[in-house]
Amino acid sequence: MFDFLEGYDLLGAFWVTIKLTLLSAVGSLIWGTVLAALRVGPVPLMRGFGTAYVNIVRNIPLTVIILFTSLGLNQTLGISLGAHGFSHINFRLAVLGLIVYTSAFVCEAVRSGINTVPVGQAEAARAIGLNFTQVLRLVVLPQAFRSVVGPLTNVLIALTKNTTVAAAIGVAEAAALMKDMVENEAQLLLISAIFAFGFVVLTLPTGLILGWVGKKVAVKR
Amino acid sequence: MSSVLYDAQGPRAKRRNILLTVVFFALLLALLWWVYQGLNDKGQLEWAKWKPFFSGSEAWTTYILPGLKNTLIAAALSMVIALPLGAVFGIARLSDHVWVRVPAAIVVEFFRAIPVLILMIFGVALYSQYTSVSSDDRPLYAVVTGLVLYNASVLAEIVRAGILALPKGQTEAAQAIGLRKTQTMTSVLLPQAVTAMLPAIVSQLVVIVKDTALGGAVLTFPDLLSSANTMSSYYGANTIASFTVVAVIFIVLNFSLTSFAGWLEGRLRRGKKSTGAVVGAEAVEDIAGTAHTGAAGTTGAAGTADGTAKTSGTPGASGTSGTDKAAL
Repeated sequence: MFDFLEGYDLLGAFWVTIKLTLLSAVGSLIWGTVLAALRVGPVPLMRGFGTAYVNIVRNIPLTVIILFTSLGLNQTLGISLGAHGFSHINFRLAVLGLIVYTSAFVCEAVRSGINTVPVGQAEAARAIGLNFTQVLRLVVLPQAFRSVVGPLTNVLIALTKNTTVAAAIGVAEAAALMKDMVENEAQLLLISAIFAFGFVVLTLPTGLILGWVGKKVAVKR
Repeated sequence: MSSVLYDAQGPRAKRRNILLTVVFFALLLALLWWVYQGLNDKGQLEWAKWKPFFSGSEAWTTYILPGLKNTLIAAALSMVIALPLGAVFGIARLSDHVWVRVPAAIVVEFFRAIPVLILMIFGVALYSQYTSVSSDDRPLYAVVTGLVLYNASVLAEIVRAGILALPKGQTEAAQAIGLRKTQTMTSVLLPQAVTAMLPAIVSQLVVIVKDTALGGAVLTFPDLLSSANTMSSYYGANTIASFTVVAVIFIVLNFSLTSFAGWLEGRLRRGKKSTGAVVGAEAVEDIAGTAHTGAAGTTGAAGTADGTAKTSGTPGASGTSGTDKAAL
């Protein structure tokens, strides 16, 4: 029944999906947090930059961003991010595109988390003489992150699903393999079921585990 | 300058802020200069590459507008088909009967866990193997199928959230005057829920418009994005110019939709006649990401609700959340 799977690297494709997800997740968590800090900071120009970035990036389709990294950055401007060979370059470009896009959503999630921290926390921190970066780093962000585990999990799950867009620039991840398989093999329903199952396996535990973590670390108020 | 995160600025803080502004501005300038140099070196800033978009209407009438039309057709079709489907599943999930509630929940959670692209690829193969849809129409059919399957399940959650966001008194009052369950749903809950959901539905339209681009990139659907590809080969490798124009169109389109959703949300919250129940844009993002059983879906919604009262709440509660937001 599963004979047709021979010759296809199913696990390898999903492994690429996982690598894309993890690298982009780390990158967008860092960049998204920096953006959130810019957006709540005291310098108007930085606030403006953060707001503009989020509003622009959120409204462009991810597909346009990913395709642009390949056609625009790589093929037109010759940026290869220090990698050699088609598949390495496109993998890194896909990660870059995913980070650029996802960080806008991480920024909004972290900012909503900052809003859930009671005003008194920041006031108390200022009262003992902490400056803005200290207030954010020592008092507000640690509490904010605890309350945004849920929303960030949603961003992570959306990111996992969004990695399929990398198929548009030829990264050999799950969706690219599926496209290949449905064009060459007859068992459409079975193939689709396998890939659907793969994504359910990737997203379901993420949601359940991080959901549990979120409840565990939430600040009881 | 009223934020709880930092003090009112004295002379020293003001000086430091000016310094930071200057440094940040210089960094931005350096970045812009670097981009400009890169583009200039590769000749992407030559007028010939940008000319098609500014002089003459050929680029617009032959490539951009037909592409935009296809994008909008696919998005509109998906919304129109997904909305009633979503409503059916959303209401089914609230049913008192386990044999209705559980299968509906499984279907909704299943399709929410799967990437749209996988559903679209499935659609293409499905239409080519099992139907007689012509190969010209297949991409549109596949794009709409993928978008409907995914968005119907997201809309189902929005409908459910909309109905749950209504004050309990509405159901109780309907029961008190002797309405049946169906009557309560159709004449009391649904009409109010639809109003409450409007902002979330408009936000979901943004997601749909963005996802149609997948069809252009992977399935040869002649949408706005694929028109950028065609143009850059036709007008002599003006990739940067074509992508910029297409991206700007997407941004303008989606930003106006987002702003409209925000305006609707504010209007509904402030409205005196409404119950104040609103399912806003944030709910959409939560729902779009969550991919598991009902409990997680509702905690996602409640997560925003308890902190900032964005998902649901009385006008009073959302009023206070508004001030919180202004403060921080």
